[in-house]
Amino acid sequence: MRAALFVTCVNDALYPRTGIAVVRLLERLGVGVDFPAAQSCCGQPQYNTGYRRESEPLLRRTAAAFAGYPYVVTPSGSCAAMVRAHYPRIARLAEQEGRGSGLVAQAEDLVPRVYELTEFLVDVLGVTDVGAYFPHAVTYHPSCHGLRGLGLGDRPRRLLAAVKGLDLVELPGAEECCGFGGTFAVKNPDVSAAMGTDKIDSAVGTGADVLCGADNSCLAHLGGILHRRGDAMRALHLAEILASTEEEPLR
Amino acid sequence: MTGTFVGMPSFPAFPAFPEAAREAVGDGVLRANLRHATHTIRDKRARAVAELADWDRLRAAGKAVKDHTLRHLDRYLLQLEESVTAAGGTVHWAADADEANRIVTGLVLATGHREVVKVKSMATQEIGLNEALEAAGIAAYETDLAELIVQLGHDRPSHILVPAIHRNRAEIREIFAAEMGRWGRPAPDGLGDDPRELAEAARLHLREKFLRAKVAVSGANFMVAETGTMVVFESEGNGRMCLTLPETLISVVGIEKVVPTFRDLEIFLQTLPRSSTAERMNPYTTMWTGLGPSRGADGDGPSAFHLVLLDNGRTDTLADEVGRQALRCIRCSACLNVCPVYERAGGHAYGSVYPGPIGAILSPQLRGTGSEIDASLPYASTLCGACYEVCPVAIDIPEVLVHLRERVAQGGPVTREGVRVRIRPAHGHTAERAAMRAARLLLDRPAALRAGERLLARARRLRPRRLPGPGRAWTDARDLPELPPEPFRDWWARERGGRA
Repeated sequence: MRAALFVTCVNDALYPRTGIAVVRLLERLGVGVDFPAAQSCCGQPQYNTGYRRESEPLLRRTAAAFAGYPYVVTPSGSCAAMVRAHYPRIARLAEQEGRGSGLVAQAEDLVPRVYELTEFLVDVLGVTDVGAYFPHAVTYHPSCHGLRGLGLGDRPRRLLAAVKGLDLVELPGAEECCGFGGTFAVKNPDVSAAMGTDKIDSAVGTGADVLCGADNSCLAHLGGILHRRGDAMRALHLAEILASTEEEPLR
Repeated sequence: MTGTFVGMPSFPAFPAFPEAAREAVGDGVLRANLRHATHTIRDKRARAVAELADWDRLRAAGKAVKDHTLRHLDRYLLQLEESVTAAGGTVHWAADADEANRIVTGLVLATGHREVVKVKSMATQEIGLNEALEAAGIAAYETDLAELIVQLGHDRPSHILVPAIHRNRAEIREIFAAEMGRWGRPAPDGLGDDPRELAEAARLHLREKFLRAKVAVSGANFMVAETGTMVVFESEGNGRMCLTLPETLISVVGIEKVVPTFRDLEIFLQTLPRSSTAERMNPYTTMWTGLGPSRGADGDGPSAFHLVLLDNGRTDTLADEVGRQALRCIRCSACLNVCPVYERAGGHAYGSVYPGPIGAILSPQLRGTGSEIDASLPYASTLCGACYEVCPVAIDIPEVLVHLRERVAQGGPVTREGVRVRIRPAHGHTAERAAMRAARLLLDRPAALRAGERLLARARRLRPRRLPGPGRAWTDARDLPELPPEPFRDWWARERGGRA
């Protein structure tokens, strides 16, 4: 089986470790990984801030970059939700407004082929035990787009619970937003920081060593608060934990 | 900045949401009050909803009834007018706040009385009726306990269902002790802050008003087109007092509150109380149809009933095919109670009688996006989706927020007083628009993107603690992530490049 990696712009530029972890994990599970170099950003920052027309070329680019791949896997619930929930609408409006010939067909063709990482592992590969080893206490924050946008349900928790040595600690108020919200973090910095601080207080209160998530944007916000406070807790992407093995443990 | 559209004159020149929220975020007591109240009610709501096996179907049915009614609003409003008139009531049509206030003020003055009792009506708050009545020499007394606290405290409501949610009982005691005597029966000497004592003081104060008042002003949760029946859901019994004791009853209701048939109420009788107070049923449901068969002849109920149908931006909102779903709202406040932004910012930051997620989509549609507060409201959300999940009529609030953000950032077609016009982007988005465009240009050119990423990697030892310009909003509270030695693309090219 072959799958294309949609690494996302945030991971490409700031969190290559997450992309590398996905490659290693999928290869370990027998999936051949391609990285179409023409890929870029999904357009979510533009779209969610009110610049729908600026997101159209990025939709076109993403659809073209992944044309023909039966599986497009991304370690970001947020970017997967962007494609699935909003690409058809953006394309339809672009066509209505005379800018998008063929865009609807491109968008609708892409949507069913895009999988968030945990969906791909659990639903397509049919695994929950990926052979990982990570001897730490971990608490999991389900980001809103994964939780409510994609309906990931307990997939991430099932994957974590099957990791050898991992002690999964429930996060109180897990379903509450962390306060990142894309440009919300800079447009409403006070509310954003207050939400993030409450989330960190809950996470630190669990006594876990690691705060795990499946969206590095949320983790950049939460990790930034942890670092500023000097807390010992680490923020880590789920893919890095799943990629960690006894032979090659995550440092 | 000017340009507030019609109506909602209550909070003119209100600061933008981020500035308005800052104060609340820094108020530890307020945040603790809000956190406690919203978390308690949201947990209870979840339990009350879980009791119904067919909640999803009720939700879909509520949405369908509202959508159908909105699609044929003209027909149902005319049917309603006919039914109300046939039952002895008088229907008035108000295009905006000024017209509604003029009608109500005129009706009260014609009775010869100079005071009215009010049962909680958001529509009258929306149009600033109390202020208009006061200007005409008419005293309006709020009779809902929370509204009474707000009114006596010279305050503004901060929640749809619990307008005084921001006040604790010590503050309420202070307000009662200091203010009740100026409005009527004073608070008893030595009033404590026990909730039962406070409620008793309010009961005595209000009873005097109910028994004296000859005119009442109400809102309505629903209006039934086929029968002309008005429906009010309430918890305290103050509504029933206002709706039955006075001689003249004037109801001010938004036109979107109509439903086609009496049977449609079966849906909302189940979904509204559960969503709002987490109760299986609200303690009082009062329904009245015009003057009823006796037409007030037996001294039971009002002898005159007036219905003021309020538009105030609703028809214009209806013209927007994405935004119109906001008119499905049944004012349950479930979205406020789950919203993490509302919980930190408090209701006053929304600059409207409609706070929280529903306010963030309703106010910029009813009032337009011309003012600073209205242009900032669509951004007062992380788009986390919790509001959509709990909404009993399935309003996709995040979808409308993004739609309105587009209107603010890029301008576009809107309907204003029935006329289709194109509006320009709101002020203050020039730099952002340029940044978004620049980002897109970079992101749409992989070679440029790669060069940019490499520059970033080369600067990795810098990791500034404070960023200049708009980035400061990030680094004031958070550190930047550690920059990687190379972007993913470069790792791929080096390690797996042969296979791409």
